Amino acid sequence: MTQVNRLQGGLISRDRTLNFTFDGRNYQGHPGDTLASALLANGVRLMGRSFKYHRPRGPLTAGSEEPNALVHLRSGARQEPNTRATVTELYDGLEARSQNAWPSLKFDALAVNDCLSNFLTAGFYYKTFMWPAIFWEKIYEPVIRRAAGLGEISFEDDPDVYDKGFLHCDLLIIGAGPAGLSAALTAGRAGARVILAEEDLRPGGRLLAETSPLSDQSGATWAERVRGELVAAGNVRFMPRTTVIGAFDHGIYGAVERVSDHLPQPEAGKPRQVLWRIYSKRAILAAGATERPIAFANNDRPGVMLAGAMRAYVNRWAATPAQDVALFTNNDDGHRTARDLIAKGVNLAAVVDVRPNAPKVDGAALFAGAEVIDSSGRLGLKSIRIRLRNGETRDISCGALAVSGGWNPNVHLTCHQRGRPAWDAGIAAFVPGDALPTGMAVAGAAKGDLSTAGALSGGAGAAVQALRTLGITAKPPDLPEAEDMAVSLKPFWHAKGTKRAWLDQQNDVTVKDVKLAHQENFISVEHLKRYTTLGMAIDQGKTSNVGALSVMAELTGKSIPETGTTIFRPPYTPVAMGTFAGRSVGKEFRPTRLTPSHKWAEERGAVFVEAGDWLRAQWFPKPGETHWRQSVDREVLATRGSVGICDVTTLGKIDVQGADAAEFLNKIYANGFVKLPVGKVRYGLMLREDGVAYDDGTAARLAEDHFVVTTTTVNAVLVYRNMEFARQCLWPDLDVQLASITEAWAQYAVAGPNSRKLLQKIVDPAFDISNDAFPFMACGEITVCDGLRARLFRISFSGELAYEIAVPTRYGDALMRRMAEVGAEFDVIPYGTEALGVMRIEKGHPAGNELNGTTTALNLGMGRMVSKKKDCIGNTLSEREGLNTEDALRLVGLRPVDPTNPVVAGSHLMAEGGPVDAAHDQGYITSAAYSPVLGHSIGLGFLKRGGARKGEILRAVNPLEGVEVAVEVVSAHFVDPEGEKLRV
Amino acid sequence: MTYSAFRILKEALTGHKGWGPQWRDPVPQPDYDYVIVGGGGHGLATAYYLASKFDQGRIAVLEKRWIGGGNVGRNTTIIRSNYLLDGNEPFYEFSLKLWEGLERDLNYNAMVSQRGVLNLVHTDAQRDSARRRGNAMILNGSDAELLDADGVRAMYPFLNFEDARFPIKGGLLQRRGGTARHDAVAWGYARGADRRGVDIIQNCEVTGFRIKDGKVLGVETSRGYIAADKVGVAVAGSSSRVMETAGMRLPIESHVLQAFVSEGLKPTISGVITYGAGHFYCSQSDKGGLVFGGDIDMYNSYAQRGNLPAVEDVMESGISLIPALGRVRLLRSWGGIMDMSMDGSPFIDRTHIEGLYFNGGWCYGGFKATPASGYCFAHLLATDRRHETATAYRLDRFRRGCMIDEKGQGAQPNLH
Amino acid sequence: MIINHPILGPRDAQEFTYLGDANLIDRPDWRAENAIKAFHDYLHLRDNPAGEHRELWFHEQGDRSWLVVTRDTLTHEITSVELARDVARERGRGK
Repeated sequence: MTQVNRLQGGLISRDRTLNFTFDGRNYQGHPGDTLASALLANGVRLMGRSFKYHRPRGPLTAGSEEPNALVHLRSGARQEPNTRATVTELYDGLEARSQNAWPSLKFDALAVNDCLSNFLTAGFYYKTFMWPAIFWEKIYEPVIRRAAGLGEISFEDDPDVYDKGFLHCDLLIIGAGPAGLSAALTAGRAGARVILAEEDLRPGGRLLAETSPLSDQSGATWAERVRGELVAAGNVRFMPRTTVIGAFDHGIYGAVERVSDHLPQPEAGKPRQVLWRIYSKRAILAAGATERPIAFANNDRPGVMLAGAMRAYVNRWAATPAQDVALFTNNDDGHRTARDLIAKGVNLAAVVDVRPNAPKVDGAALFAGAEVIDSSGRLGLKSIRIRLRNGETRDISCGALAVSGGWNPNVHLTCHQRGRPAWDAGIAAFVPGDALPTGMAVAGAAKGDLSTAGALSGGAGAAVQALRTLGITAKPPDLPEAEDMAVSLKPFWHAKGTKRAWLDQQNDVTVKDVKLAHQENFISVEHLKRYTTLGMAIDQGKTSNVGALSVMAELTGKSIPETGTTIFRPPYTPVAMGTFAGRSVGKEFRPTRLTPSHKWAEERGAVFVEAGDWLRAQWFPKPGETHWRQSVDREVLATRGSVGICDVTTLGKIDVQGADAAEFLNKIYANGFVKLPVGKVRYGLMLREDGVAYDDGTAARLAEDHFVVTTTTVNAVLVYRNMEFARQCLWPDLDVQLASITEAWAQYAVAGPNSRKLLQKIVDPAFDISNDAFPFMACGEITVCDGLRARLFRISFSGELAYEIAVPTRYGDALMRRMAEVGAEFDVIPYGTEALGVMRIEKGHPAGNELNGTTTALNLGMGRMVSKKKDCIGNTLSEREGLNTEDALRLVGLRPVDPTNPVVAGSHLMAEGGPVDAAHDQGYITSAAYSPVLGHSIGLGFLKRGGARKGEILRAVNPLEGVEVAVEVVSAHFVDPEGEKLRV
Repeated sequence: MTYSAFRILKEALTGHKGWGPQWRDPVPQPDYDYVIVGGGGHGLATAYYLASKFDQGRIAVLEKRWIGGGNVGRNTTIIRSNYLLDGNEPFYEFSLKLWEGLERDLNYNAMVSQRGVLNLVHTDAQRDSARRRGNAMILNGSDAELLDADGVRAMYPFLNFEDARFPIKGGLLQRRGGTARHDAVAWGYARGADRRGVDIIQNCEVTGFRIKDGKVLGVETSRGYIAADKVGVAVAGSSSRVMETAGMRLPIESHVLQAFVSEGLKPTISGVITYGAGHFYCSQSDKGGLVFGGDIDMYNSYAQRGNLPAVEDVMESGISLIPALGRVRLLRSWGGIMDMSMDGSPFIDRTHIEGLYFNGGWCYGGFKATPASGYCFAHLLATDRRHETATAYRLDRFRRGCMIDEKGQGAQPNLH
Repeated sequence: MIINHPILGPRDAQEFTYLGDANLIDRPDWRAENAIKAFHDYLHLRDNPAGEHRELWFHEQGDRSWLVVTRDTLTHEITSVELARDVARERGRGK
């Protein structure tokens, strides 16, 4: 097919021809075209189907407010549903398919909905589909869901990458139309740091669509010249293809730059889009205005479009939607379309102006005081019916109709901080209200200055004022002469009639629907919107809200501003979710922290597990081991039999120094620390101020005024934050300093009866670590491996004779390798978090599953640790009655009566022979493991009055998995309950 | 008027002239037996159940702006009862059962859709915790299933199983959970209450209480004084502001939660999916938009709008979980004021002022609670006794040390 | 949001962690007769105003200062930022 509707001129590059397909058919266009303009040039008006009635639709607009011309763009993993053809830049090989139509765009089976429209009125679904209940999920809803929705996703992972960036400026100018360019020129010449963001690919805004000159040059030429000056100046960043999507707090704006959407696919190494966070001191909103339609019966046919859009297609893209065109307007601006069409040689069949005193038109029949009341043409406009001033009707053949109901300023960003727009009767439109986001000014059509001259001077003036508040002196540039036509408009919203007249074209909301909403008392504008779905489509009501308000205003007898406004919310236009996510997706979703021995563990084939942001070795499989349990059991037995090493660097480490360090820790921990001697470590339990235990660890006193605190891996950040809170906000005069040193020290647990022997091979001879010199709970600063400084703590999580040794992180890998080497004679093994977990359960140490944020020291069996003789975080509120009831949960050990049965964490505990339901719940199992030492499963759990129930048999029920096991309540210390192994 | 397919047929053939207002706009009377402050979901449900299940007295709902405009009009529409703790699970299960019969009860299709709520687990500890929760649900008469990774994959093969920072290890599924059309819930309750004689009074802001000798006499409003024997307050994010006029300080902070909807898509996600390694929950409305949300913005706010970091965080989680959504466009975001309590659980209780009752602290989980919250509040208002499923929702529970802390975060409202 | 750190200058709020009402500085005396009630009120009851709010922010990804930020909860406008330690001392906190 040839470009039958291509005209002369325009801002397209005819020296290149671009091939593209729509629904599999080949077409040609040119650089500078959009998909919509190219299709129109090829004589294609039908581009989509509406949401509810599946009505045939063509483009209504030429911009990002488009409700109708939505397509699937690209294919495969790059398929983009709901893409507006009106803003899709044409590229060679572009592939587009229609959506929401089956079997084809021309013959859509669900167009039957259109015939049933009398039954499918606004909100009909709230009144039916209720019986029988089971039918909703099984029958009604699946049908509704398949019929609803618009485009489809590919279900393949998006192959493109997205970036994020941060920009700072004195002045952000939103929109590079005449107002924005003039503001940028003003600010740029004053030396301010300026960002000029424009959603289009080139500057100019409406200037690109209009024919009236700026002094002696076209608007497009002037815009290009200004761009040239701005870019050359160096202090202005011009950002085309960039939409400012939201106005956030304190002058921060979100903007999306479409880096690669005009290309078949992003260039190597380039993102598809970039989300910019722009920190502006001041901002000028110069986002222009959006034309609004007039509703009349069947006003939604392909070929019916906004007058300004048609003008843009004709002037900028040299494409006319049809050879015979009519115009329907209530204002003078619409007449510009008539003039430009005639100038381009398009046959103007009629100008229908609702104003009896409409201005004359040369070259077309004028019907003043008339209205368009209906149209015909199944897949595209064939004719319109007009009602003359005298009441007679007449049919006029035409393939397209330009409609202008006036212009609505694009106030959207002024509402993003919940400012409400104000009604300007002069242009019959909402304009920005008084409560603008801090630092924002509005200029040009966005402010309601609808003439080019007004935009130029308004933009410059706004820039001068904005910069003045920053102490920058600017003066308006010499601006070109431009049209300065006053707005002449007679508010006219819809032609009366009994047929359906569309307000929201995408969601198929008609004047009738608004009337029904009114009849049913959905009168508040928010109710109207929600009941009819008006303004909730992809264009977010940009072309429909005010029209619907006017209908409701008529019905209630109120004015439009009294009827209400709906405010706009971010984003200004829809934004790909991937753009907001940026690169923090997939494996990069969160940072990955590696332990110092990670590489060494990797070399040994360790299996790793996520522990917060850390990756930790979970177990170290040996050749021949086919099940993780084999590896874990071996690691436990080898450690308990000889010696094992585990990387515990992930535990939080906090350095506490100062004369009041002990006093400070005394306040932080529930138990006392003042009397802890130098060279000793103590277990400490931390409470929240509400008395619940939230973390435990150790504090080692290296000197009178120096402690090292360890926390659990998961709470390292929180404990540090809380300690700083206590230091700065609660006891600001304590002489104490804190530093987080988690990353500074590599730390290993060396556990097992041969642990001392192993360590003696690396600890320098000057340091005696014999049992007498370095007993259980000793700590000290030592050197290892000939002078490497280290810290040694004789503490044990496993219940064995054990140490933790710390060296500066950069030596962590070397120390691991050295210990493996010197430990070979003891058959030293590395063990992972699973074996660590098994051994701590065997020993009855609480961990994350027990410190679950709801358990107290009492529950944990450590009630006596909470000192009543001192002030510490949490001790006062831990005394509340509800936390100290007689049947409070207590930590117990559990073992299966039949040793072949497993104990399963998450099971609930029920009395033997009693009912199994929530009312008789006795507690729950927190942790469970197979103990290779004992040869059966064991568990820890919380049990009501658990301290007094040893020996009792309970039912551990797990109805979720249909399992129940009889368990016996035992001490939580399964292994070495007296702690003898620790002290040898 | 009773709604039915037959009625639609009849109206369609007679020009839709018979549809009347779904609720009236009555003039406020000088006094009522019960005044409910707040025309959101909970307030309207309270009035409905008061009128239909309890006292037949004269009841008014006073709404500052338009009914259904609070959090019932701006949420992610999820209904579920997958709670862990004794104080919560029976209540939410009661709510879910009310949801299951709601539409026949109200004669209003609120599109209650039990498409399943799946909470993903990514670690062994999360699985243990999910098992404990699932068992608690079953022991309370609810339903739960524990899925392994293959089970999750069978339901949603397009989730990120291959390239995940936190691999999916399984999930806790409640098949009876799902979604409901949130606005219709408010309207259905409003219509049901109105049909039973409740006066729903919009554009009527309560500015204070008239209290004498420790007893409430009525409310001062922007439309004059209205006397009432009993006053029930259910104003969600405005709880602190309203109760301050009665001299009360609450264990509540107001925070902003943003929620999001995408452009309309053909069926993509059948049920509700909740990520376990980040804050993201997502479902698809019957219209086709993906409805999703994440964490609150973390700071106190009454602004009903949020900032970019929270938006980005939600999308990072979302795309990490479902990479196929990368090119789906976010259409609209909005922000609601959440009445975040100190343990993440709500209050349905008397106050120290006789005749004044309080319902609030729903954090960002109030929507699913709407039926039971209304029912239990009506029960309390009518009988002065707590409903058996809501005995724990007391205002003094922090003083007594009886917190209901599902997340185990303590008195830190923005973490619940 | 941007928080104008008294030492470091303007910083994106994303660098900070929010705690809540600055009254959390006023931790009661544990020896007082009604200590449980005092601690209950201190920890749980909040003014939660719609308007000016004094609140605690922690510069977690910065210098680890706790700040008292005065911010309007309706507009998010920030009118003052102080070091929490200074505020705590002003309010009589010491050792």
